Amino acid sequence: MKTFPSPFCFSGGIHPAYNKDLTCGEAIRRLSCPAQLVISLSQHLGAPAVPCVKAGDIVSGGQRLADAAGMISAPIHAPTSGKVVRIEPAPTPLGRPAPAILFEPDGRDVWESTLDPLADWQTHDPRALAERVGAAGVVGMGGAGFPTQVKLSPPADKPIDTLIINGAECEPYLTGDHRLMVEQAATLWEGAAIIRHILGAKTVRVAIEDNKPDAIRAMETALPTTLADAAVCVLKTSYPQGSEKQQIFSVTGRVVPAGGLPMDVGCVVENVGTTLAVWDAVVNGRPLIWRTITVSGDAVTAPANFLAPIGTPFAALVEACGGAKGRIAKIVAGGPMMGFAQAALDVAMTKTSSGLLLLSAARVPGYTSQPCIACGRCLDACPMRLMPAELSQRIEADDIDGAEQTFVMDCFECGSCAFVCPAHRPLVQHMRRAKAVIIARRRAAPKKS
Amino acid sequence: MSDWLTPILWIGGIGTACGAALALAARYLSVEEDPRIERIANELPGANCGGCGFAGCADYAKAMVTADTAATLCPVCNSESSAKIAALLGRSVEVSERKVAVIRCGGNDSEALRRFAYNGIADCAAAAATGGGDKTCTYGCLGYGSCVRVCPFHAIAVADGLATVDPRVCIGCGKCIPACPRGIITLAPAAASLHVLCSSKDKGPVVKKACGVGCIGCTLCVKLSDGAISMEGFLARVDYSKPLTQDVLVEKCPGHCIQKIG
Repeated sequence: MKTFPSPFCFSGGIHPAYNKDLTCGEAIRRLSCPAQLVISLSQHLGAPAVPCVKAGDIVSGGQRLADAAGMISAPIHAPTSGKVVRIEPAPTPLGRPAPAILFEPDGRDVWESTLDPLADWQTHDPRALAERVGAAGVVGMGGAGFPTQVKLSPPADKPIDTLIINGAECEPYLTGDHRLMVEQAATLWEGAAIIRHILGAKTVRVAIEDNKPDAIRAMETALPTTLADAAVCVLKTSYPQGSEKQQIFSVTGRVVPAGGLPMDVGCVVENVGTTLAVWDAVVNGRPLIWRTITVSGDAVTAPANFLAPIGTPFAALVEACGGAKGRIAKIVAGGPMMGFAQAALDVAMTKTSSGLLLLSAARVPGYTSQPCIACGRCLDACPMRLMPAELSQRIEADDIDGAEQTFVMDCFECGSCAFVCPAHRPLVQHMRRAKAVIIARRRAAPKKS
Repeated sequence: MSDWLTPILWIGGIGTACGAALALAARYLSVEEDPRIERIANELPGANCGGCGFAGCADYAKAMVTADTAATLCPVCNSESSAKIAALLGRSVEVSERKVAVIRCGGNDSEALRRFAYNGIADCAAAAATGGGDKTCTYGCLGYGSCVRVCPFHAIAVADGLATVDPRVCIGCGKCIPACPRGIITLAPAAASLHVLCSSKDKGPVVKKACGVGCIGCTLCVKLSDGAISMEGFLARVDYSKPLTQDVLVEKCPGHCIQKIG
């Protein structure tokens, strides 16, 4: 059985206009290194990396620029050879400025490998391979940027039996993962085999939404016969099918408990891009320095998929697409559902930048938010089965405790509720505000020993 | 006859018995309360603003009598009621200096630039969490009125994208201070009229690009103010314990951020 439809599907979800045809036929182009890179020190979830170079240093490609600061962190490497100009705060796609390394490539691309290539990874200890993935600075490239080494080192009491490679790419416009599956299917299977070896998992599933038939076909054809218990699982097209917990349910029928992690139900989900980054780190000894990014939207002259060095300014990406078309009304880093609106193109891409969208005024309708009319559409749409209407009203009344008791912390901000709300209520913003207050409170509270 | 007399006797009897029970309870179970507590509470403003740190005026009055708490904590009391409270407590009259809140930002919509059009929840904390706030200056007032909503005395108003305090109405309870996500509100003596209306810690050129009212760190005011203004990095700060009367600073400040209020 090489391919099978997913036996389950999560409840809720929405069907936005996908607009993927703008770029799904565009082969990934390698972007030449821009004149200056802005390499942020917080490109991942957790503590920002600590720079180990200083202004004026000449470094070669692949050299480590910053070390991981603690367990939940990741090192950062130089995408090419060049000079560290200075280290100063720079805007990030997430909004708040963070320290970044301003880097000037010298164009010679001198390479210094810190990790040896390992063609015979099957013979190596899984723990050593996981450490190697950590040393290569690999983080979850789907959007959250969770350090992959942590995911690949589950505690002994949580055995992993299923590895899911996430190729759902349910966000509208984005086609980077889609193209990777079409173009590098065989490599992707080897990457999946490496991760399975590290985790000691039995089953491998590549989950792809049924709106990408060419990716399904490519993965099916490339599936090596030597790989046992591996198959392509075809998901129903529905947003947010690419979300970890929803996907685990769709593929295996298992429900991750509230506040729990996929490892609690014996699963690990890795994004397609992350899987290829793991492959690159293990087989080629190359750290995570490039990633695919979709530049799309109706205000881009020629939408495209790029393989670009991390730290490329958004302006350079737009230029490589032939510039903007007409007036830009909105710039979004990431997908339109969970991405972050940007004030300008002076931001640089990070390890988690899956897309850059330039939208015209026609795509960005103005609206005024109104009181809840209690229609209940958000309850139907919420893939976590929360009550966004109730939650938002509690948060509006500053009843943060009430929101916590109504499970606001389970919200992962997919935006389905705000998408269907006929009163245009800023539901996700309410959730984000409450979550920020609760997280700050938990940090301030004395830790239980 | 018993049709109407029996209920009257019963009801009357129950009433008399209850009255007697209450009379006995008042006699034997009464709690002695210092009569001063009520009289002091009457002197307090009764707005229950919480500016003293207690759960309302009555709670503060009780604390003053029973726990020997200082009588100067109420920011609202005028000197007359302060004197009355001190007399009731049998203490010497301590007159506290009246304080008012000052929002240390002068960047209204015609002076400070906005980086993008914000169309979310009209709340400063929510706006500040969206891409770091829509104002180019990452330190200044966002103008979504979180301080206005917590002020129990309606002393703050937002006009032209900037919150300002009316020093005649403000009683300095300080409720607005934690409401501001940017932390730019401070309490200053009501007598002080000159303030540095900028909170930007950025260097001069960055401030100049972002706002027409901003401290560029030129230190001119430090030289002219006789020690009442000092530099904190690239930002001038007024030390309100020292007199600052040089009105000429308002014209001299090249960043136009020293202004006279009140």
